[in-house]
Amino acid sequence: MTPTTPAPALPRGPLDRMRWAVADGWTVTRRDLTHWARRPGAVIAGSVLFPIMIVLMFGYLFGGAMRTPGDGRYLEFLMPGMFAMTMVFGIGATLVSVSTDAARGVTDRFRSMPMAPSAVVVGRAAADMLNSALALAAMIACGLAVGWRARGGLGDALLAVGLLLLLRFAFVWVGVYLGLTFHRNPEAVTAVRTLEFPIGFLANAFVSPATMPGWLGAIAEWNPLSATISATRRLFGNPGWGGDSWIVHHALPMAVAWPLLIVAIFFPLSVRSFRRLRR
Amino acid sequence: MSLTDYAVVAEGLRKRFRGTTALDGFDLAVRAGTVHGLLGRNGAGKTTAVRVLTTLLRSDGGRAEVAGYDVGRQADRVRARIGLVGQHTAVDEALSGRQNLTMFGRLYHLGARAAARRADELLERFGLADTGRKAVKDYSGGMRRRLDLAAGLIVAPPVLFLDEPTTGLDPHSRNEVWAAVRSLVADGTTTVLLTTQYLEEADQLAHGISVIDSGRVIAEGDPERLKAALGGDRLDVVVRDVADLPATAAVVGRALGARPETHEDTRRVSVPVRPPADRVAALAEAARALRDEGVVAEDIALRRPTLDEVFLHLTAAPGDRVDAEASR
Repeated sequence: MTPTTPAPALPRGPLDRMRWAVADGWTVTRRDLTHWARRPGAVIAGSVLFPIMIVLMFGYLFGGAMRTPGDGRYLEFLMPGMFAMTMVFGIGATLVSVSTDAARGVTDRFRSMPMAPSAVVVGRAAADMLNSALALAAMIACGLAVGWRARGGLGDALLAVGLLLLLRFAFVWVGVYLGLTFHRNPEAVTAVRTLEFPIGFLANAFVSPATMPGWLGAIAEWNPLSATISATRRLFGNPGWGGDSWIVHHALPMAVAWPLLIVAIFFPLSVRSFRRLRR
Repeated sequence: MSLTDYAVVAEGLRKRFRGTTALDGFDLAVRAGTVHGLLGRNGAGKTTAVRVLTTLLRSDGGRAEVAGYDVGRQADRVRARIGLVGQHTAVDEALSGRQNLTMFGRLYHLGARAAARRADELLERFGLADTGRKAVKDYSGGMRRRLDLAAGLIVAPPVLFLDEPTTGLDPHSRNEVWAAVRSLVADGTTTVLLTTQYLEEADQLAHGISVIDSGRVIAEGDPERLKAALGGDRLDVVVRDVADLPATAAVVGRALGARPETHEDTRRVSVPVRPPADRVAALAEAARALRDEGVVAEDIALRRPTLDEVFLHLTAAPGDRVDAEASR
C-alpha cells in the first residue's frame, strides 16, 4: 500500500479564511449530528425524554393541585414554561460538551490543527442550537398530544419559537464560557448543572411570582426566563399570571433584550476564555 | 521555506504558571528526520515544552521554531506541519475510529473523498481496519493510542510530537505503539519529538535524548553516550534471603570492580556496568564469581538505569547546572 500523504490546505486571503471557517465549523457541527446517528438512544433520552417526563409529571401529577390563572387548564399554562425550561437545561448540555472536549484533549487537538480556531466554538454552538431545536420540536409535539394548543396565529407561534431559540442561543454562550473556564474542575460543572434547577424554578414557569415573598417574587419576575415565558404565553395565546410590574408589562421587548444582553456579556467572555487556553 | 538541519529549535523558553516555573530557559535542537526523546519526571516541564512547541501555549520568553516557522508569530504555518499525540486519547469516544479520522481529515481541509481514503489507509496501517467502524469507547487502551497516533499523521506531518505515548499502557500495548513509531520514522522524512518518563523508551526509540528537570535541559546526547554519562546499565542480583545480601554485594562488587548498592526491600544488589565494559561479559563474570563463592542467586539480570537513578546520578555530580531550588 502506498500512502498518499496529502498536504493540508491553508487559506489564501480573508475570503478563503472565511470559507474555511464556515466549512470547519460545519465539520465540527456534523460531528455532533453523527452522535444522533450513532447513539440515538442517548440523544433521545437526554434531549427529549427528560422534558417530556417533566411535562407529564407537572401536567398530571401536580397539575390537579395547581391554581391556574383564569379558568384555563394547568397544562395550557404550563407548556410555555416547559419550553423555556428546556432551553435552561441546554446550559448544562453545552457546558458538559465543552468541558469534556477541553478536559479530554480534543479541544487541544483541534487547536493544534490548521483549522479555523473559531470553528471549535462556532461548530459547538450550531450543534447545540440544532439539538435544542429538536428537543423543542419534541416538546411541542408532546404538548399537542396532551391537549396544549397555540391559540394565536401561526406567525405569533413562530415568533414564540424564535424567542425560545434566542434564549437558547444566549445560554449557549453561558455554557461555552463556563465550560472553557471550569474544564479542569468537574465539581464546578456539577454545581452549575445543579443551579439550573433554582434558575428554572425561580421564575413564573410553574407558579405565580405573586405567591412568593416579595423580594423573591421580584427576582422571579426579573429572571430572564420569566420574560421569555410571559412573552411566549402571550404569543401562543395561553393564559399567564399577569401582574402589575414594569417587567411584566414589557415582557415581549424584554424577551429580546435579556438574551441579547446575555450574549453581549458571555460571547466576549467565551472568546477571552478560548484565547486564555494559550496562557 | 528555507531548508534547515533542525526541525525543532527552542532557545531559552520560559513559562510561568501561577507561582510555578514550568520552563526555565529551555533549549532544544532536534535534527530533521530523527527521533528525539525528552526525558524527565512528572512536572519536569515536558508537557509544557510540547504545548509551547505545538502552539497551544504562548511562552513568556525565549523563542522556538518548528519546521522553520516561529511558533508564536507563524502559528498557522506551524500547525499545518505538525501532528500532536497528547497524553489523553483526544478523539470523540462516541464516534468510530473511521469517523474520527475522517473528521480530522476534513479539518485539515482534505476533500470528503480524500479524507475517507486517508482514514482507511491509516486504519489499515495501524492495524485498526477491522475495528474501524466500532465506537472508540469500545477500543482497548492500545487501540486508542494507535488511533491517536493515526489522527496525528493525517497529513503526514514533517514534525510529530508524542507526549508520553505509552504512559499507562500495558506492556503489550506499549510494544504496539513502539512498533508504530518505528515504522513511521523508517523513511527518515518525519521528525519526532517524544516525551517520556522511561529511559528505556527513549533508548528504544530515540536517536538523541535530552534530560529535562525543573524546566531546563540538564543533560543531552545520543543514548549510548548519555547512558555512559549516566553510569551505564545496571546488573541486578536478587537473592532468596536478605541475610545473603552483604556477601552477594561483596562478591559482585569485586567481580565487576564497581560499588554495589543493596536494596533490602527487594532483596536486590545493584551494580553499575560502566561502558566500555562488555555488558554480557560482565553478566557472565558476575555469575561465575557467585558460583565460585557458593552464593545462591535467585535471579540475575541486566537493565537500563531507572529515571530515579539517572537523576540521582545527574544531581549528585559536582559542577552540573542543576538548580534544585527552581520551581520546587
